[in-house]
Amino acid sequence: MESRPDDSRRRFMKGALWMISATTLGTGVMLSPTASAASSLQDYKPVFFTPDEWAFVLAACDRLIPADDTGPSALEANVPIFIDLQMQGDFGQARDWYMKGPFFEAPAELGYQSPLTPAQTYQKGIAATNTYCRQTFSKSFAELSAEQQDQLLTLLQKDALKFDGVSAKQFFDFLLQNTKEGYFADPIHGGNKNMEPWKMIGFPGARASYLEWVDLHNVKYPMGPVSLNGDRG
Amino acid sequence: MARQEKPVDVVLVGLGWTNSIMGMELAQEGLSVLALERGEDRDTVPDFAYPKMADELTYGVRYKLMAKPAKSTITVRHSLVETAVPYRHLGSFLPGDGVGGAGTHWNGHTWRPMPEELELRSYVENTFGKDIIPKDMTIQDYGVSYAELEPHFDFFDKVLGVSGQAGNVNGKIHEGGNPFEGPRSNEYPLPPLKRTLNDDLFTQIAKANGLHPFPLPSSNASAAYTNPYGMQLGPCNFCGFCERFGCLNFSKASPQTCILGALKQHKNFSYRANSEVLKVELADDKKTAKGVTYIDEQGEEVFQPAKLVIVGTFAYNNVRLLLLSGIGQPYDPVSNTGTVGRNYAYQTMGGATLFFKDKFFNPFIGAGSNATTVDDYAINQIDFAKEGFIGGSYLLAAQTNGQPIRSMPLPTGSPSWGAGWKKATKEYYGHSMSISSHGSNMSYRDCYLSLDPNYKDDHGLPLLRLTFDWKDNDIRMTQFMKGKVEALAKGLAPDHLNTSFKDFGAKYDVRPYQTTHNVGGAIMGTDPKTSVLNRYLQSWDVHNVFVLGSSAFPQNLQYNPTMLVGALAYWSAKAIREQYLKKPGPLVQA
Ligand SMILES: Cc1cc2nc3c(=O)[nH]c(=O)nc-3n(C[C@H](O)[C@H](O)[C@H](O)COP(=O)(O)OP(=O)(O)OC[C@H]3O[C@@H](n4cnc5c(N)ncnc54)[C@H](O)[C@@H]3O)c2cc1C
Ligand code: SF4
Repeated sequence: MESRPDDSRRRFMKGALWMISATTLGTGVMLSPTASAASSLQDYKPVFFTPDEWAFVLAACDRLIPADDTGPSALEANVPIFIDLQMQGDFGQARDWYMKGPFFEAPAELGYQSPLTPAQTYQKGIAATNTYCRQTFSKSFAELSAEQQDQLLTLLQKDALKFDGVSAKQFFDFLLQNTKEGYFADPIHGGNKNMEPWKMIGFPGARASYLEWVDLHNVKYPMGPVSLNGDRG
Repeated sequence: MARQEKPVDVVLVGLGWTNSIMGMELAQEGLSVLALERGEDRDTVPDFAYPKMADELTYGVRYKLMAKPAKSTITVRHSLVETAVPYRHLGSFLPGDGVGGAGTHWNGHTWRPMPEELELRSYVENTFGKDIIPKDMTIQDYGVSYAELEPHFDFFDKVLGVSGQAGNVNGKIHEGGNPFEGPRSNEYPLPPLKRTLNDDLFTQIAKANGLHPFPLPSSNASAAYTNPYGMQLGPCNFCGFCERFGCLNFSKASPQTCILGALKQHKNFSYRANSEVLKVELADDKKTAKGVTYIDEQGEEVFQPAKLVIVGTFAYNNVRLLLLSGIGQPYDPVSNTGTVGRNYAYQTMGGATLFFKDKFFNPFIGAGSNATTVDDYAINQIDFAKEGFIGGSYLLAAQTNGQPIRSMPLPTGSPSWGAGWKKATKEYYGHSMSISSHGSNMSYRDCYLSLDPNYKDDHGLPLLRLTFDWKDNDIRMTQFMKGKVEALAKGLAPDHLNTSFKDFGAKYDVRPYQTTHNVGGAIMGTDPKTSVLNRYLQSWDVHNVFVLGSSAFPQNLQYNPTMLVGALAYWSAKAIREQYLKKPGPLVQA
């Protein structure tokens, strides 16, 4: 069955209901948070992405880590908020990177050689993907069915689409990498809502103290995660 | 016009492991010692305090403790005929920055080199004959022997508080240690770290295969310890945020935890952070240095006069500073003349991941040096003539961290996104262990460092250019290790086995992290025609310039470099204290 364009949003709403409850506040040291812990994706106003771009990011994240019974989806984990915040930070702006020219094409093994920052790569990549979708399907990426979106993402990943001024694969690689980061990075960065992704895999977060557990072999570590802000899950 | 500062006896360029050691040695001598460090000032408190460090994204993925390529990077190409392009963001190696350098965020694997590695060319020629050395391979002896360095290995062991099990104490082989190591005059200062499940499985299969497993020598302290400088370490709590992070627990040996606290008590020692040295200034005759020029915190250019200049800016940075300062003759691989930049080498790594559905490894219970190893395939154990390569590796089963963004191995063929990816992460997180090989890399005529003709830094100075690629000799070595690792891994009967070893034709890839064990370019030796430094790490050309760090290695060890880097710094310091200060001039006649 083909899913309809608004499916992702509905799935997200369902997920959001399922998630209420998990947070209990601990007493850890407060670090300056970059996104309020209570942020909900519906109320969040993107600071970097335009409405068009935001619709793309929501839809793409929802395919990269979809909603199902296994564990939280990217949307349930606030991954798009993480990505939006990263775009204006040192990463999105490539502040730590050497960005002086000249820029040459080089073998992949010689690493990143694009003059674009990650944020610019997103802007150009989203625009080019949407243009392609409108030309091919008369719809934007966000309006496509889940199956079509998956096909599109696979084309980007395989570098099978040739865009002007941006590499489809580079764009996809940032998108996938940042989605996984937003899923598993400490909630202080805006994603990993209520540490649900950590709970799914059994990562105890920022506990960072295990001496008494070292020689207890082959038993599942029983404690839930702790975040940098002292929240406990 | 540069502002001029008050002269000092010694200026240290960079304040990582090497210059912390040299700073202590020369401050003890009563000299006025000033360190200039390009990065920020850092200390355990407040910079590495809990919970700040337990943040994978910031430190593990965004490299916030490392050097920023925007300010300092190199260019890379695979061969002489290509145009090099910049290493624009970090990947393959992670250079340090700030007080403590990379010594704050290393793992703490603390290996002595094998005696044979320090005299590699002689060892190969005498044991297997000259003819087995490929024509373009430029391996050399260090010009200093294991026996000469042993007292310094021993002392650095004590400064670091190394936890381990000795295998060879004064020639007597001890059960449970490395039987193939060079003789040590003492046991390790601390017993080995506690063992995790992967350690036990590896120990079991290694023994079953007739190998000799032992705990990896660790600069993560297994117990409370006070070092010779009175610096105190506490037991490592396996926090799982070790490599790429500063230790939140005073357990990882670092310049801060082992030396700087004591060094700062010396009134004749001082340091300035955010002070980047651009050049060593030479006297008119080019035979001595007058001091250094640096950019201070306010961005002002400053001339710092000094009688002795110690360059300790890390491996290839040292080479760049020599080239920018006109010290020594730049190496030219075509005419095979000059020395500065010659013999760059790296580290040949490979690995396997073993998945066990029914085992719980709890990978977040990890420490940088938590590993069990075997050295049965070491440089001095392999018949190079028979195997057709020169080199060796140690094999290790390590559990250092379970940080889920980076440490999420999945069986080969798992989807990289979508429902299948999510399911795989849930199914396999915490159910795998690794067995890796950590191997040598030989030096070659066309693997070298030079100034780049196209790219510049913010000061308008040329970036350093690396020309490097893998050679068949080292691929044969790693393929040999692949066979050994696979045999051990299969012996443990995992549900899935992933392997990753370089094969013939593999290109050097700057993207995945490998090691920050870059070596060579300002190598030590016995002949000024083929080395930049004499056996005391003194410049052949400018006698009051000493250059510390792995840039001195003529080819790479099969081990991690820092024990040798530190011991050589003590060896050099001893020569300065006992010989140079009495009679400044070349310590070895060219
Ligand atoms: C992630 C990681 C893991 C590692 N793990 C291990 C391990 O397990 N075992 C091991 O043996 N080794 C390991 N190493 C390597 C180890 O850290 C180095 O061998 C060691 O730190 C080298 O010491 P150094 O003093 O030569 O250089 P560094 O520690 O890099 O210090 C050099 C200092 O000089 C400063 N500097 C550079 N240029 C200038 C300039 N122009 N002016 C002023 N200052 C300058 C830098 O900012 C830096 O602080 C690891 C390295 C990394 C990055
Ligand atoms: S693993 Fe141990 S030594 Fe490493 S940072 Fe954590 S507490 Fe320190």
